[in-house]
Amino acid sequence: MNAPSLTMSTPSAPSALSRAWRHPLARPLAALALLLGFAAFTVPGFLHLEIKDGHLYGSLVDILHRAAPLMLAALGMTLVIATRGIDVSVGAVVAIAGTVACLLVGSHGLAVALAAALGAALLCGLWNGLLVSALGLQPIIATLILMVAGRGLAQLLTDGQILTVYEPASFFWLGGGWLLGLPVSLFVVAVVGGLTALLMKRTALGLFIQTVGINPVAARLAGVRTAAIVFFVYVYCSLGAGLAGLMISSNIKSADANNAGLLLELDAILAVTLGGGQLSGGKFSLAGSLIGALIIQTLTSTIYALGVPPQVTMVVKAVVVFAVCISQSSAWSTWRKA
Amino acid sequence: MTTTAQQPVLALTGIHKSFPGVKALTDVSLRLFPGEVHALMGQNGAGKSTLIKVLTGLYQPDAGVIKLNGETIAPRRTEDAQQHGIRTVYQEVNLCPNLSVAENICAGRFPRKWGRIDWPAVHAEARRVLAQMDIDIDVTAPLSRYSLSIQQMVAIARALRISARVLILDEPTSSLDDAAVQRLFTVLRRLRDQGLAILFVTHFLDQTYALADRITVMRNGETEGEYLASDLSRLALVNKMVGAPPDQQPTRLDSRAPQTGAPVLKAEGLGRRGALHPLDLELRRGEVLGLAGLLGSGRTEAARLLFGADAADTGHLTTDSHRGRWSSPRDAIAAGLAFCSEDRKHEGAIPDLSVRDNILLALQARTGLGLCMSHEQQQALADDYIQRLGIKTASADTPIGQLSGGNQQKALLARWLATEPAVLILDEPTRGIDVRAKEDLMDAVRALAHKADGAGMSIVFISSELPEVLHCSDRVLVLRDRRAAGLYGRGELDERSVLEVIAAEPVTA
Repeated sequence: MNAPSLTMSTPSAPSALSRAWRHPLARPLAALALLLGFAAFTVPGFLHLEIKDGHLYGSLVDILHRAAPLMLAALGMTLVIATRGIDVSVGAVVAIAGTVACLLVGSHGLAVALAAALGAALLCGLWNGLLVSALGLQPIIATLILMVAGRGLAQLLTDGQILTVYEPASFFWLGGGWLLGLPVSLFVVAVVGGLTALLMKRTALGLFIQTVGINPVAARLAGVRTAAIVFFVYVYCSLGAGLAGLMISSNIKSADANNAGLLLELDAILAVTLGGGQLSGGKFSLAGSLIGALIIQTLTSTIYALGVPPQVTMVVKAVVVFAVCISQSSAWSTWRKA
Repeated sequence: MTTTAQQPVLALTGIHKSFPGVKALTDVSLRLFPGEVHALMGQNGAGKSTLIKVLTGLYQPDAGVIKLNGETIAPRRTEDAQQHGIRTVYQEVNLCPNLSVAENICAGRFPRKWGRIDWPAVHAEARRVLAQMDIDIDVTAPLSRYSLSIQQMVAIARALRISARVLILDEPTSSLDDAAVQRLFTVLRRLRDQGLAILFVTHFLDQTYALADRITVMRNGETEGEYLASDLSRLALVNKMVGAPPDQQPTRLDSRAPQTGAPVLKAEGLGRRGALHPLDLELRRGEVLGLAGLLGSGRTEAARLLFGADAADTGHLTTDSHRGRWSSPRDAIAAGLAFCSEDRKHEGAIPDLSVRDNILLALQARTGLGLCMSHEQQQALADDYIQRLGIKTASADTPIGQLSGGNQQKALLARWLATEPAVLILDEPTRGIDVRAKEDLMDAVRALAHKADGAGMSIVFISSELPEVLHCSDRVLVLRDRRAAGLYGRGELDERSVLEVIAAEPVTA
């Protein structure tokens, strides 16, 4: 609405460009492009891509691959946040799903392990959804319970040990395999993202989610099943986290109940915010959140590549995030106009 | 009792205030004299709250003068108004229940000694203020230990603590029982006799007459007039609140559809504790049933129970397909009901979403998830209603929040028409929209019900404006004190008798 006018060299023809700038995805994309540009200049060979053994290698592919679990978590978080909610148990669900899979895959085979891991994630989602929609708990408190308890539960399952998986090799395909020369994880994200987008566009679910987020009272009076919608988004978010957990444990060939997906929920919330989503609920953009996830991963990868000491990494990350968030704040754009 | 010869302590003249799309106050005047209780009366949306907010510095008027003891003031913030001695106690007690009475009274301005809070002085100060009001309680006890009425008194004590000249009470009695109201009134009379000017906002007639010396009536954002309470009969007061009779006898009776059809919705003993006494109601096919009554008479409560927006705890409803009570609005919608809430902003519009999505919402919610209409169908349906109802919007993609009040109202009406309901409940559909839009809307309502083939919609029409109810309705149910007080059929609709029923002494249960 009150998008600041872009600093233009030709003020006579602002329409096309400033219209494009007003597109909700414009700023996240610009931020990503800036970061990539910076990395291309400072990190040698950042843009280099090569085909080895029929697989595409390079920093860009690496970023996409590493961002995959975060993108899955961000998709779910997008819907949760759209209903004015929040889910801080994502990391814990990652740990649970990974642990369950690693526990079972050796003895019961791949199919059972995957089903059980996703089943465990589903249970987590049902639990969160029940607390928020049926019992009316505040989302942050409701999901905090699982955030705290989940990791403990996962550690109970592994007796506090890191579970390493040696076989079957098929288990490593999901998080480390290749398909058509690209990492499998990218296809997983594409399929989940595509299905979600389809679900939002082709059914009224997207409309209902936004309605519940913007005005839950009006939604109920218009006949929307508000409780069911809220229930759904938590279940969906947990399933995404479960899938991310499978991906992570498959990639590192082990289940680390202590560290797998640690603080992933915060990165997911950040990705949604960077993608233009408002924590106050309402309008959401799945594409924006995916771009947000890529911004975070590009940042992390670039910082590592530059050899910045790990202690400083978080600070650099915070500075960039701060800058992007400020550029999106409405107070900032009003202030700049004035 | 005051005389006009005295100088008013507070005088507002020619106050104007507009919001985008709405004229909230037009040329409003108000005078307050020291040592009087002045009642500010008016229906829903009459402009009482806006006027109070102008007085307390929350809103700045677009035009007009506020004079305090003859000097012009322009409060820009609530702190300014407080500095001038204008103190307000709001409807909801906004104190901290877990703090002590004394802390609540002195919060923000604690007596200090050597930079630290002087607790003995805090307690003494609290006792002093309460003693003024003839109240003796333990000021060190937490506020939550006391009843609502005492909490209300503490709120007043807090307001009075520092040099109050004008005390504004915004519906202070709405959460109090009779005994508590009497206690409050005793205190207020005492304060009045001490020379305080008290502005008392209420919609309870009997309380007004029990307490007020002078009454200012507002209607439609304008000052209807200022009267001595002793000179104004209840009937006259109600008449001024709900509006003068229509200029001409409406011609609608002739163009009316023939006798309305079979009952489509029947309520027997429908009620909810604290909201509505058990109510019987019958709605026939193709008729407009008006619900008349003052604010708080049970009009809105009845509408909400009929639709299942609130759960009824007694009685049952009968429609063609259903008998019992609604467990949620979804049940009512499935049975062919529709409900436009009086609170457009909080219970109707989804402001960030497009006009199209807003129109489609109820239909889509009833259809469910699976059968989503194609984009072309959605667009066609939205465009159809935009055109039929004359909704002024740049396009169907415009967020509904950017539309004027009247056009938002039409879009919300479209939301329900799209579900093709058998029963349409309209709660204050004309509120906050301009005169022209009101007439359009009332024409639309009548056209919906009065179809030549007798297959029109059945409509429950609620308005604070009695002329509108009389103009629109085939039958009128008058509510008073949360129960039915009279039912008027065709040919019996007579403004005066309806007014008498609305204004009558409250029934003592």
